[in-house]
Amino acid sequence: MFAQFVFALRDAGVPASVTEYLTLLGAMRAGVADYSVEDFYYLSRSALVKDERHLDRFDRVFGQVFRGLEAPAEGEDGGTAPRALPEEWLRRMAEKHLTPEERAQVEALGGFDTLMETLRQRLAEQQGRHQGGSKWIGTAGTSPFGAYGYNPEGVRIGQDTSRHRRAAKVWDKREFRDLDDGVELGTRNIKLALRRLRRFAREGAATELDMPGTIRATAQNAGSLDLKMVPERHNAVKVLLFLDVGGSMDDHVRASEELFSAARSEFKHLAFYYFHNCPYERVWQHNARRRDATIPTEQVIRTYGPDYRAIFVGDATMSPYEIASPGGSVEHWNDEPGAAWMARLLGHWRRSAWLNPVPRAEWGFTQSVGMVRHLMEDRMYPLTPGGLDEMTRELSR
Amino acid sequence: MSGFKSTERYIASRDLEVAVNAAVALQRPLLVKGEPGTGKTVLAHEVAAALGHPLVEWHVKSTTKAQQGLYEYDAVSRLRDSQLGDPKVADIANYIVRGKLWDAFEADRPQVVLIDEIDKADIEFPNDLLLELDRMQFFVYETRQTIAAKHRPVVIITSNNEKELPDAFLRRCFFHYIRFPDRPTMERIVEAHYPGLQRDLAREALTVFFQVRDVPGLRKKPATSELLDWLKLLMIEDLPAEALRSQDAKLVIPPLHGALLKNEQDVHLFERLAFLNRRGG
Ligand SMILES: Nc1ncnc2c1ncn2[C@@H]1O[C@H](COP(=O)(O)OP(=O)(O)OP(=O)(O)O)[C@@H](O)[C@H]1O
Ligand SMILES: [Mg+2]
Repeated sequence: MFAQFVFALRDAGVPASVTEYLTLLGAMRAGVADYSVEDFYYLSRSALVKDERHLDRFDRVFGQVFRGLEAPAEGEDGGTAPRALPEEWLRRMAEKHLTPEERAQVEALGGFDTLMETLRQRLAEQQGRHQGGSKWIGTAGTSPFGAYGYNPEGVRIGQDTSRHRRAAKVWDKREFRDLDDGVELGTRNIKLALRRLRRFAREGAATELDMPGTIRATAQNAGSLDLKMVPERHNAVKVLLFLDVGGSMDDHVRASEELFSAARSEFKHLAFYYFHNCPYERVWQHNARRRDATIPTEQVIRTYGPDYRAIFVGDATMSPYEIASPGGSVEHWNDEPGAAWMARLLGHWRRSAWLNPVPRAEWGFTQSVGMVRHLMEDRMYPLTPGGLDEMTRELSR
Repeated sequence: MSGFKSTERYIASRDLEVAVNAAVALQRPLLVKGEPGTGKTVLAHEVAAALGHPLVEWHVKSTTKAQQGLYEYDAVSRLRDSQLGDPKVADIANYIVRGKLWDAFEADRPQVVLIDEIDKADIEFPNDLLLELDRMQFFVYETRQTIAAKHRPVVIITSNNEKELPDAFLRRCFFHYIRFPDRPTMERIVEAHYPGLQRDLAREALTVFFQVRDVPGLRKKPATSELLDWLKLLMIEDLPAEALRSQDAKLVIPPLHGALLKNEQDVHLFERLAFLNRRGG
């Protein structure tokens, strides 16, 4: 029963593990959630969910498994079916769902049979202790585990069932719905992805005692102290961001902003410049003053060495002339085509990538996206958590 | 079970009570997350008070290393003393500086340990404490001692979500996410802090407060701590409830808003909104 609950959670994308499951059983045994179904709900939530984004999924699964039997036929296996589950089936579920680490844990506990047996005993003990009371497991005379499977009666919770019918079930309120940001790109996701770019190196002021160095130097000094210091380790990765602003990018302001603020907090060496549609001979740093405070792109190239990683952020959506022809820019007369400037930038910063806020599936519809992608030698990634991951992997090489 | 319960001073929802009591019963750490200012840090104080245990507070900063919670070997002092011919130098134990966890482990009675804002530290930090928090013991290499907890402390860890915590770490914890209090809960929290507060003022202030929170696009929504600060200001200024009544936060920026809106952009946003709304309405 409970094992099955855990599997259903995993199916729904809540990464609950055997360890946590055993913790839950331990807590039940310790009597943490004795008298009410609500407490049991709170307890299992606290033991099995470790990320607020998963709370809503937990609520849904909890509702299905413990109300029993109204599971809507959604998802691959139609939720949790109200039938007795043969042990063999459970075992297969376990094999499918457990990580190698957890499988090893199960083995260490004496294998799957022993584990199931232990669980059965624990539940039985609890039942024994609570017999006659109004504790939350009342099993109507049957084993809560059935044939190691799902008891169609489910776990009847509490004796005073009417009390529980009265109130709307907490988990049905789905109060955590808006925390489930599974696909959305938030600053937090971005930071995590960017963090993979980190490279630690010692640089800056020497503030840390270099113990081996000091000992060596002191020994060489015939025992009189010779302190050696080294700089602390810092994230030494250097990042240069080029952000497309205005025009069609207006739809993506939020995503770019979030990327920007995440990058700001992750990298000590971060510089950024704006461009419009395609970088040409001038870029700028203050969008409000783009008319009078532009900087020659050549100067940017001279300022930031090839050890910087250049990340372009833009939808690459423009007229093909803006990339391919002199004078193609919509805003000014450019002597050289955008492609020439891109080639110059990419030649200088070999480790570079292009992040595109437009979904990958739509890239094919716009000719200019293909052109930029070609210039980038395919290093264009969607501005999503997955895309950022791909990018950091590429840029870490 | 006795254990931790909502009190006059600290309003805990039932789910928080259950989570705390589970962590206490199974002697596992409790990880608490939630918007800033929703009472995560104060929770540890309340748990300590409820259980009657002393509280050991470990506030984590970006430079904090896990090892500092166990002990540090002050090699520099030792080297210096040896230069000066200080006899202390012979015993390395003189140069072992105990950390917060050591103190908690060695105490003669159970303690509550608060590891506050664990997400501020480097990603390695939680991983480096896995074993120590699991077994509640560690080994001091320099003196070859094992320091084991005489009484496993109750460990409360808070995070503001700046960094993701490693799975192995999470598996060992109970978890609670403090949801932002709804209005009735907030009324109780206000009552807890300012028992004598005028009914009208509290009601109007809460209405304005929740309206402010509803304004889309705020960088930092005001939370419990901002509300409490603001109320205090309102009381000090002796503002009558009428001054807030029928004050639609969309139309007028609330009085003494500095306590509610802590950054300039949000204040600007407000001014802009209020202006637009007045013009439009
Ligand atoms: N449930 C509550 N009952 C009583 N007071 C509360 C409650 N929640 C918050 N407060 C009050 O709100 C203030 C902020 O609480 P606290 O500092 O613990 O928040 P926090 O979540 O740790 O914030 P941060 O993330 O900024 O560190 C304190 O004055 C606290 O007393
Ligand atoms: Mg705090």
